[in-house]
Amino acid sequence: MAHIPDGVLSAPVLIGGAALALGGLALGLRRLDEADIPKTAILATVFFVASLFAVPVGPSSIHLLLSGLMGIVLGTRAIPAVFVGLLLQAVLFGFGGLTSLGVDVVDIAFPGVILGVVARSLLRGASGAGAAAIGGGAAALSVIGTAGCVSLALALSSADYLPSLKIVGLTYLPLAAVEAIVTGFVVAFLVRVKPEVLALEDREGEPA
Amino acid sequence: MSDAAFETPVALRLDRLDTRLRLVAVLACVIAILSVRSPWVLAGLLPVALATTGLCGLGARAVLARLAHVEGFLLVLALLLPLTVPGETWATLGPLTLSEPGVERASMVLLRVNLCALAVLTLLGGLEPVRLGHALARLGMPRKLVHLLLFSARWVALFRAEAARLDDALRARAFRPRTSLHTLRTLAHFTGQLLVRAFERAERVDEAMRCRAFSGRFAMVADERPGGYDAIFAAGLAFGLALPILVDRLI
Repeated sequence: MAHIPDGVLSAPVLIGGAALALGGLALGLRRLDEADIPKTAILATVFFVASLFAVPVGPSSIHLLLSGLMGIVLGTRAIPAVFVGLLLQAVLFGFGGLTSLGVDVVDIAFPGVILGVVARSLLRGASGAGAAAIGGGAAALSVIGTAGCVSLALALSSADYLPSLKIVGLTYLPLAAVEAIVTGFVVAFLVRVKPEVLALEDREGEPA
Repeated sequence: MSDAAFETPVALRLDRLDTRLRLVAVLACVIAILSVRSPWVLAGLLPVALATTGLCGLGARAVLARLAHVEGFLLVLALLLPLTVPGETWATLGPLTLSEPGVERASMVLLRVNLCALAVLTLLGGLEPVRLGHALARLGMPRKLVHLLLFSARWVALFRAEAARLDDALRARAFRPRTSLHTLRTLAHFTGQLLVRAFERAERVDEAMRCRAFSGRFAMVADERPGGYDAIFAAGLAFGLALPILVDRLI
């Protein structure tokens, strides 16, 4: 749902999104050590694979974004990871837009990275239920951030979209709830089973 | 992808093109489609685009599945635009009035999105990620990003297999996804387990690659050179894109 296809947004929004995404990519790549590429790629792949599974919600089903979790695990490196994921989706499965790639990267990665970085600093010393709550909160807010970015991109593109935005926004609420619960459990699981996954960036000094 | 391509005779062999040309071509198609302003010209392009998917050997079912996915996203916009955009009444359905600018707007969005999706599906469908990575590197994408893409592409299949094994294990224990906390917790542990396994594998891969003196640089082996087939394709495409734009500007 967060993937805006080609043909919906206006040119200035597409260009603005692409510029922001390029900035984010530059930032993410600078923090990505060359020797760290295999590790980042493997983790990015897992998020990609996990988001392919459909979660039943009532009569319909949704796919997870996992952007909050990505931000927590990968930090700013989530931006190139999301970019690569979207590009692979376009090629392997044939969906997603090309001109809207920049906007989609911003919509999905930016809220996740910002909340992930906040969540990481809170996660130090937290355990069990606390860690789950922090992870869940970050995930829910990331999805809401994504909904906000998608709405903003649509609103800036054309005033005609404005009345539809409320309903577009509403479709994100179940996703936010499901993401919060799943991410909360994942973070609690990782704290218990393999905290090194969450401490990925500590080795290299302060996360961004 | 190559299996299917060899079995059926295909009129347009996109896999014979230089991958860089395919990337430039798909971008040119999308930009051309977005720059057309008349819905009639776009509607005229739709059968052309569908015929091209046939020429490239794409099955009708694959095309429909792809378009259905796009429609899911657009349904909300396409249904709401005619109802919400103010303007002269185009038609009334009981208590609902469809406005003329709203209908026009909705049909424009629908046509553009579907045409772009067809262009991407036709020109990039079945492109091997390794070829994509090498072509992007030769088009000037930063090396780190290319490496990230190549590594990810390599591991997608591997982790889908790993996920399938975990999924088998779940189903062997009679797990059925439903709308319940149990499903969500199971999915979370599934994702967490996948991450833990991936992390451990990543450490092993990292050590193995360091043992083999990996310094963060891949040798890019790409021997693609544009040939006559590419020139003919490029000329045909340029004509095919210039014509609708010209018609659009003249009418």
